[in-house]
Amino acid sequence: MTTTTSTTALTAVNPTQQPRTPAPRRTPGSIAFTMLNALVFVLLAFVCAYPFYYLIINSVSANDLAALGEVRWFPQGFHLSNYEQVFQLNGLPMAAIVTVARTVIGTAATVLASAFLGFMFTQERMWARQFWYRFTIITMYFSAGLIPVFIVMKNLGLTNNFWVYVLPFIVQPFFIILVKTYVESMPASLQEAAEVDGANIVQIFFRIYLPNMTPILATVAIFSGVAQWNSFQDTLIYITDQSLYTLQYLLYMFINQANSLAQAMANSGGNVGAIVDAATSQTPTSIRMTISVIVVLPIIFIYPLFQRFFVKGIMLGAVKG
Amino acid sequence: MCDRPSVGAGNGDPMTTSGVIQELTATGLEESPKAEQAERRRKQRGGRRPSFTMFLVIVPFLVLIFLFSYFPLYGWIYSLYDYKPALGLQGSEFVGLQWFQLLVGSPTQVAQIGQVLLNTLAISFLGIATSVLPLAFAIFLNEVKAPWFRGAVQTLTTLPNFISWVLVYMIAFSLFSSTGLVNGVLSDMGLITVPVKFLDSDENVWITMTLWSVWKGLGWGAIIYLAAISGIDRELYEAAEIDGAGRFQRMWYITVPQLMPTYIVLLLLSVANLLNNGMEQYYVFQNAFNKEHIQVLDLYVYNIGMTGNNLSMATAIGMLKSLISVALLFTVNGIAKRVRGQSIV
Repeated sequence: MTTTTSTTALTAVNPTQQPRTPAPRRTPGSIAFTMLNALVFVLLAFVCAYPFYYLIINSVSANDLAALGEVRWFPQGFHLSNYEQVFQLNGLPMAAIVTVARTVIGTAATVLASAFLGFMFTQERMWARQFWYRFTIITMYFSAGLIPVFIVMKNLGLTNNFWVYVLPFIVQPFFIILVKTYVESMPASLQEAAEVDGANIVQIFFRIYLPNMTPILATVAIFSGVAQWNSFQDTLIYITDQSLYTLQYLLYMFINQANSLAQAMANSGGNVGAIVDAATSQTPTSIRMTISVIVVLPIIFIYPLFQRFFVKGIMLGAVKG
Repeated sequence: MCDRPSVGAGNGDPMTTSGVIQELTATGLEESPKAEQAERRRKQRGGRRPSFTMFLVIVPFLVLIFLFSYFPLYGWIYSLYDYKPALGLQGSEFVGLQWFQLLVGSPTQVAQIGQVLLNTLAISFLGIATSVLPLAFAIFLNEVKAPWFRGAVQTLTTLPNFISWVLVYMIAFSLFSSTGLVNGVLSDMGLITVPVKFLDSDENVWITMTLWSVWKGLGWGAIIYLAAISGIDRELYEAAEIDGAGRFQRMWYITVPQLMPTYIVLLLLSVANLLNNGMEQYYVFQNAFNKEHIQVLDLYVYNIGMTGNNLSMATAIGMLKSLISVALLFTVNGIAKRVRGQSIV
């Protein structure tokens, strides 16, 4: 359930904080427990991280070895030609553009709308505020179901339309709650001062509140960005036009349908066939792994950055209070 | 200072475990006590005249909400027709409750939906059974004292939460297909001669699906408990130590009970979501071999509606699912209200 998972990130613990429990006495049993405990966590971390490492080393290893699952610890027969080759695959550059576009546009729209609505719903003077707030939030708890939503999208002309990647995600109740809670913690005097100066509500939002909401908006941006980048289901349901495929969808097709990969490789022109060296000739396995790495790398790179951002956001929140 | 795991920590009340839960669950339908305080402050803000302009500026967004969340409810009417998209609703035949009767009347249909429900509930209950794992993860990670180690473990174990199910499937494919790593290692060790079919098999589908969910969600699920642990009053541990409680006793008699309220709330929410497994995970993992045991309700609705083109039947099933889910949510919320004196939604 997105509701709970998203909140947890906000309350993410600063990993560097001091342990809260007193240091254990150093009995042999205690030392044994400490070692065993640490070992279990090393194993868990390995199980979580190794698959990513496996994909990366295989994407830069000799393709025939990768296809046999022989590359396990270090790259063998290092080469980067897979990365040149995949961008010549039929449809892949377009999918990359679509994916980046939906991530950037979709995230920007969601962040702005969440900020604006979260702020507006703190405005006591708004006509029927309570009613409209509930009207918005309650949509978290029900859904008409796949087919009715699909038919609505179709009737709105949103099937095979880029905007199906953006419009349905603009208003997200949970993000609105986050922003609203945050705005409520900001001093009301900010707004009063601006009102005395004659600013209207939209000006107050853009000039005073928006610039001061960065920590919470960063959180919203990260969640919405990751969700956009990872989204697969909407392409599956609403899109049949190949020029609107996303990277995730293309990857799925390449994993599951050997034919579509073979076709894309054939359509990519003479380049694939031109390479005679057995170590670097394309195999479906290496192509799939290379695309996977392209899809997952942005997440791996962004992730440590935003993990720190949460800690910062929590501190800012604390200082403001 | 900054170790209060609060969202908009603006009110200066000490963040206790229940505070964390409140942040977690006070999702606005009933405004939290915090919101009341903010209300008081807002009363001082601005005049008492209702502003219609303020409403007008949010109308475009309300229209979006209406279009994507409320308007599709009208589509439930398709469940009373034999809806053919080419003919439109006007041209389609009105069949009354035929689809609902078929659902409980036709033996093949009953067998099919029975299997789907069994899959759905089995996977949901396995999910509930494994929900103690993040709790245990947090409690034991808290016993590790080196901050860098805790940080590294948290970073690495949280990563799978941020990748798509397509990528999880790609990883499963690379590691567990017949030419994948695991089969390679097993045959190198001489344990097998024929590759084990991990993916193209109908055996243990519920368990493997649960294991992938655990792999993806374990580290992430633990974060909420780690936040709650950092909110536990240190004096409790000090007092226990003076009383001679050992390490495990402190874990069992202090940490665990202090985390229980958080755990119960999450448990109740997962009960409310019993029928909502989502379809993405099961869609990407489904194949001709495992279809019988992997088809959960959400996937079934997709398969008969979008692949099988029986839009009306899919609508009928989806509608029943939505109604039962809302009923479950209300029930669970009612229980929570009675037991904890606080609603969870």
